[in-house]
Amino acid sequence: MAMQGMELLAMAVVIILFFMILKQFGLWEPLSLDDDSSDSELELAMVRHQPEGLEELQAQTKFTRKELQSLYRGFKNECPSGLVDEETFKTIYSQFFPQGDATTYAHFLFNAFDMDRNGSIRFEDFVIGLSVLLRGSVTEKLRWAFNLYDINKDGCITKEEMLAIMKSIYDMMGRYTSPSVKEDAPFEHVEKFFQKMDRNRDGVVTIEEFIETCQKDENIMSSMQLFENVI
Amino acid sequence: MATGVAAWLPFARAAAIGWMPVANCPMPPAPREHSKKQDELIILNVSGRRFQTWRTTLDRYPDTLLGSTEKEFFYNEETKEYFFDRDPDAFRSVLNFYRTGKLHYPRYECISAFDEELAFFGIIPEIIGDCCYEEYKDRKRENAERLMDDQEENKDSKLPNMNFRETMWRAFENPHTSTMALVFYYVTGFFIAVSVITNVVETVPCGSTPNQKDVPCGERYTVAFFCMDTACVMIFTVEYLLRLFAAPSRYRFMRSVMSIIDVVAILPYYIGLVMTNNEDVSGAFVTLRVFRVFRIFKFSRHSQGLRILGYTLKSCASELGFLLFSLTMAIIIFATVMFYAEKGSSSSKFTSIPASFWYTIVTMTTLGYGDMVPKTIAGKIFGSICSLSGVLVIALPVPVIVSNFSRIYHQNQRADKRRAQKVQKARLARIRIAKKGSSNAYLQSKRNGLLNELLDLTGSEEEEQHMNKTSSLLESQHHHLLHCLEKTTAHEFVDEQLFEQNCVEGAQFSRSPSLSSQEGFTGTCCTRRSRKRIPLPNASLSTTHTHTHTQGLQELSAIHIQCGDQPSLSTSSRSSLNMKSSERSRINCRGQQITTAVISLPSPTNFPPDGDGHGPANPIPAPPTINTTTSSNIVKVSAL
Repeated sequence: MAMQGMELLAMAVVIILFFMILKQFGLWEPLSLDDDSSDSELELAMVRHQPEGLEELQAQTKFTRKELQSLYRGFKNECPSGLVDEETFKTIYSQFFPQGDATTYAHFLFNAFDMDRNGSIRFEDFVIGLSVLLRGSVTEKLRWAFNLYDINKDGCITKEEMLAIMKSIYDMMGRYTSPSVKEDAPFEHVEKFFQKMDRNRDGVVTIEEFIETCQKDENIMSSMQLFENVI
Repeated sequence: MATGVAAWLPFARAAAIGWMPVANCPMPPAPREHSKKQDELIILNVSGRRFQTWRTTLDRYPDTLLGSTEKEFFYNEETKEYFFDRDPDAFRSVLNFYRTGKLHYPRYECISAFDEELAFFGIIPEIIGDCCYEEYKDRKRENAERLMDDQEENKDSKLPNMNFRETMWRAFENPHTSTMALVFYYVTGFFIAVSVITNVVETVPCGSTPNQKDVPCGERYTVAFFCMDTACVMIFTVEYLLRLFAAPSRYRFMRSVMSIIDVVAILPYYIGLVMTNNEDVSGAFVTLRVFRVFRIFKFSRHSQGLRILGYTLKSCASELGFLLFSLTMAIIIFATVMFYAEKGSSSSKFTSIPASFWYTIVTMTTLGYGDMVPKTIAGKIFGSICSLSGVLVIALPVPVIVSNFSRIYHQNQRADKRRAQKVQKARLARIRIAKKGSSNAYLQSKRNGLLNELLDLTGSEEEEQHMNKTSSLLESQHHHLLHCLEKTTAHEFVDEQLFEQNCVEGAQFSRSPSLSSQEGFTGTCCTRRSRKRIPLPNASLSTTHTHTHTQGLQELSAIHIQCGDQPSLSTSSRSSLNMKSSERSRINCRGQQITTAVISLPSPTNFPPDGDGHGPANPIPAPPTINTTTSSNIVKVSAL
C-alpha cells in the first residue's frame, strides 16, 4: 500500500533528521577519527630551525664572528623559518641568471649543499659549504667540486653525470648567446673534459684523477683562488 | 635585483667554483672592492623620527633616492644623519619596502599623499605587492573619478558652441542644465503620473445608476478618460520624437531600454485607434491596455534609485538564477513527495503533481493560504519539512542580492572593473620591463667592464674611479659572475635583437662560422670565437656605440672584435669598416697615462696573432686618418 510505504519513509526521514541533530550537539559521534590528522599536518609545516650557537659555528668553519653574523642576517631575511627548501633555493638562484634556466643546476647545487639529504638546507649546511668554498684549501675546493659533479655520490664521475651537469650549465646561458649554443656543445665539452681528466681511460673520473689533473692545470688553479674575498 | 637576492650573491659567486674545473678558459679577474668597509648603520631622520638601517639594505635598489647617491644631498654634516622633511608615517612603508622587498599600501593613508611620497623617493607604484594592489587601484580609481566629476561640473557651465541638436540632447539627459530642460522634465513627470492614475481610476467602480450595478468610472465617463489618455499620449509621442531627433546616434537610441519602454507605452493607444469596435480582436485589445502600465517605468528616467535597482537585478542575474533553480528543484521534489503521500487519502486536493506545485510554493514561501492542506500523517510530516526548508532556500541568496545592491549603489560599475583587468596586464608588463633592465644592464656594462679592465692594466686611476660610479659594487659582482659563466661555456650573452640579427646574417655569410680548429688556431677558447673570416680588417668602431655618459671614452668594441663578437656590432658599422681601407686610429688626447692606441688592420691577412683579449696593447704610430675629430676624447682601443 502506498500509504504504508510513505509512512515508513516519513518515519525514516524523521529518524535521520533526529540523528543529525544529535550529531550537532556532539552527543553521538560516528567515525570522526580522521579529522584530527589534517590539523596536525599543518603544524609540521610551520617548523622552524634555530642554528647552533655562534661559537660552535666559529669552530666548525673558518669565518670570523662578524662574517657569520652578516651571513646569518642575510640568510634569515630571505628564509625566516631558518630552512631553505629546494623550490626556494631554485627561485633564488634563478634570479641571478635572468636569461637562462638555472633550475637544473640549482638542483645539483642544492644536493651538494644539503649534506644530510633531508631536502632542506639549514644555516649550518650553508655556512659549512661556504667555508669550504671561500676559505678552504685548494684540495678541499676541488673535493667539493667533485662532490658536485658526482650526482649519485658513488665516488666517480661517469659521462652521463658530467653530461647532465654540463647541460645544466649551458641551460643557464639561455637562448640568446653568441655564438648560439649548438645541440652537441655540452657533449663536446664533456668529451674534452674526459680527455683531460680520465687518465686511465676507463670511462669514469675518480677523485684522485680529478685532483691530480686539476693541480697540474694552471688555469684551474688560478681560478680557484678567484673568490677568496667574496665575503 | 630583488632584496634577499643581494644577500645571496656571495653564495652564488662562491658556488661558481663549481664551474672552474669544467672551464677551458681562464676566468676574468674579480672586481676589486676598493673600500672594504664593514656594513654600517645609517640614520635617517624623517621630520624628527629617526630610522636606522644598514647601508646595504638601502643599496638594494640603486635606482631609488635612498639607494643612490641622491641621498647625499640630504646629508647633514653636523648630526651625521640624513634628514628628510617628509611624513614619517608614510616613510615607514617606504623603508619597509627596502627591508622586505614588498611595498605595502596602508589603508589609512590618503592615496594622493602616498603617491607623492613614492614619487619623492623614486619608487614606482607598480611594485606594490599583490596583497595591497587591489585596494590601491580601487582608491586610485575613485580618486580619479572624483576629480573627473569635479571637472565635468565645471565643464558643464561653460559651453562652447554646440549646435541646436546637441543642446537638446544635453537638456534631455541632464535636466538641471537649463530652465527649459527642467520645465520639460517636470511636465513629462507630471503627465506620466496623470496617465498612470488615470489607468488606475478607470477601473474603480464609480457610483451607480439605479438601474445598473456599479460601473467602473472608465465606462461612465468615457469621453473624459479618452481625452486624458489622448493628451498624455500626445505628450509622450512628442517627447519620443524629440529625443529621437536629438539623439547623437539614432540607431543606438532606438535600441536602448528606455526608448523601448516609451514605444511600448504609447503603442497600445495607436493600435486601439486603428482597430475599433471589432469584436474578435477586442480581447486582444484589452490585453494591449495592460501594456499601458509600462508607462510607470518611464519614471526611471526621473529616479536614480530605480535605475540602480534595475542595474542591480541585472548584475545579480547569477544569484537570482541560483535562487530560481534551487527553488524549482525543491518544488519538484516536495510536490512529488506530497502527491504520493496524499494519494491515499480521500477527497484530497492533491490531484496531480503539478497541482501539488501550488501547495509547495505557497508553503515554501511561508504564505500558507490554506486552500490545500495535507491530511495524512506522512503528508503532514513532509509538509512541515517542506516549509522549514523553504525558509532556508529563500533566505540564503537574498542577502547576496542585498549586498550587491548596496555595493553597486556606493561604488563603481562593473565596466570599470573590466577595464581594470587590462590595466593589470599593463602593470605586469611594466614590472617585467623594469626587471628586464637587469639583464640588459649586464650587456651594457659588459662593454663598460672591458674598458674598466683595460684601464686597470694601464693603471690609470682617474678613469677607473669615473667608471666605477656608473655601477654599484653589487652590480659589478653580479656581472663578474655572469662573465665567469660565459667563460666557462665559451659562449656569450647577447641581446635578443642581436641574436635575431645573427641568425639572419649567419645565413648570409656562408663562410662565417669558421672556428679556430679549421684554421689551425687551436688553443684557448677565446680564439674559437675570434677568428671569423669575414673581412673585418678594422678593429675600430664608428660612433655607433658611443656612450655619452662615460665621459667621452668610447667602448671597447675592438676587443669584442678580437674575441669574435662581431655580430654584436650593427651592420652599419660593419659596412663602414669594410669601406675604410686605411687605418683609423686615435690616441687618447686626454693624457699621458693611457698609452693604448688603436691598431687597425688594413687587410684580412694582417690578422693580429692569437692571444687573449687582455694582453698589453702595442702602440703603433698612426698614419693620417680619414676622420680627425679629436674634439671629444674618443679612444678606441684594441688589444692584441
